[in-house]
Amino acid sequence: MAKRIDVSDLDIYYSSFLAVQGVNVSIEPRSITALIGPSGCGKSTFLRSLNRMHEVIPGARVEGKVVIDGQDLYGAEVDPVDVRRQIGMVFQRPNPFPTMSIYDNVIAGVRLNSTRMKKSDMDDLVERSLKGANLWAEVKDRLNRPGSGLSGGQQQRLCIARAIAVEPEVLLMDEPCSALDPISTLAIEDLMTELKERFTIVIVTHNMQQAARVSTATGFFNLSGVGQPGRLVEFNPTEKIFSNPEEKATEDYISGRFG
Amino acid sequence: MTTTSAPPSSPPQRREPAAQKRKGRFGDRLFAGASTGSGILILLVLAGVAVFLISRSIPALTADTADLPNEEGLGAYIGPLIFGTLLAAVIALVVATPLAVGIALYITHYAPRRLAALMGYVMDLLAAIPSVVYGFWGIATLAPALVPFYGWLERNLGFIPLFSGPASVTGRTMLTVGLVLAVMILPIISAISREVFSQAPALHREAALALGATRWEMIRMSVLPYGKSGVIGGAMLGLGRALGETLAVAIVLSASGVVTFDLISSTNPSTIAANIALQFPESSGLNVNVLIASGLALFVITLAVNMLARWVVNRRADFSGAN
Repeated sequence: MAKRIDVSDLDIYYSSFLAVQGVNVSIEPRSITALIGPSGCGKSTFLRSLNRMHEVIPGARVEGKVVIDGQDLYGAEVDPVDVRRQIGMVFQRPNPFPTMSIYDNVIAGVRLNSTRMKKSDMDDLVERSLKGANLWAEVKDRLNRPGSGLSGGQQQRLCIARAIAVEPEVLLMDEPCSALDPISTLAIEDLMTELKERFTIVIVTHNMQQAARVSTATGFFNLSGVGQPGRLVEFNPTEKIFSNPEEKATEDYISGRFG
Repeated sequence: MTTTSAPPSSPPQRREPAAQKRKGRFGDRLFAGASTGSGILILLVLAGVAVFLISRSIPALTADTADLPNEEGLGAYIGPLIFGTLLAAVIALVVATPLAVGIALYITHYAPRRLAALMGYVMDLLAAIPSVVYGFWGIATLAPALVPFYGWLERNLGFIPLFSGPASVTGRTMLTVGLVLAVMILPIISAISREVFSQAPALHREAALALGATRWEMIRMSVLPYGKSGVIGGAMLGLGRALGETLAVAIVLSASGVVTFDLISSTNPSTIAANIALQFPESSGLNVNVLIASGLALFVITLAVNMLARWVVNRRADFSGAN
């Protein structure tokens, strides 16, 4: 299912404000790509442009191309709803639907696809997805309890289970661990390493150790100044970024000399 | 991004000037006294109303059946009124609630921002129209306009007891009253629904959208479950207003003290409030006590509805505890 993402000359606007400028990048299938950089530099905006979630904000638009396995996400006939069904997303704060049970949360996305499913198939899918998110053992006895009763780390894994239940081609994660404690963070990082066998994962993180631990490639975003658009300053294999970056700005950022 | 951390602050000063301290205490006591006083006052007013209603209705409750205006007993007099009150209010609620939810959803999630603000004002204006104006509109415009429709209902849906007819030729029927009341309570319900719908957390709306939900699916998955109890609370408040509405009903309805589910005929049960307004000027002695007893019944019904509403609204606390 994993797909390759090619971004070329991507500019992202909020109304007339240019938020991100000139992104060119190729993201390999079955890999974890980390996006790092200071706050407000457009990492999240760029991530959200990969499944057209930034369009939720009125006035947001892009120029340029995002191509996933030959399909242009911003083609005239492409419906953002279809894009989001293929490209899953996990958010900074865990957001299971509070009025739904754990079971219903997991199959929420599948129900949207409106294909009739047998009860046994749904049960299998819920079990498979929760196992995929390393949550099955903890919740298998309380699938009918509300998802909001779980701990923060469990809720985040429930959200991952919900995202992978629809078998997306790409999984986007927007600072998935920033609201979690170190133990839960570790659980999610282990999970990501397992998931990259099946999915293309792009993760935004403020935690540079996390980027170094889990990712295969890393992109560094930065602003050239206040009010200026964010740019992708450097994109390289993670090892290279953290040992011998090409750009001075990258080196300054990851060594803590600024930011 | 450099963050300048605050220098280690000196321990907060514990010592306060004595005078300032005493003044602060006096202010506290004043405020506590004033707010406690207001709380007690509202209880006293409520108790006063209840005592008045009960004491003045005792003569009617204990009177001989033969002395009562209808000579059949208090229950036979008030029963149809209670029935009429509830029937009119329920019609209004059934018509207004789905409409109000639709309006609230349109304003919060579909309309362009400017149109949404404009519609919000218009709905608030609707709430500001005096009920006597609604009454005149009902009898002068709505009732005649509905006459052909009632005829159609009788001919085509007459097998349903609600529309068995004979259809009123003036249009001053229970259904007309229900529709007028529906328009009157629409702003209350839609304003509260709008409020809760606009507060549906972006977190959950984005969760639905990121799964590939269309706008309607997003609303069904995250906005409606979140707003459900708020809508119920708003509907109960609207019901409270519909139960107590006097003028509009008194003007529009052609009433004759019967119990019937036929909504389109010219014989209709009156409502408590309208009946009091119409009968009071010509009543004296025991008849006044009977009217007050009917008022007591309305008081109890309205109180029960409002308590139910409050209970439903308070249950929202369970939902918002998520995350």
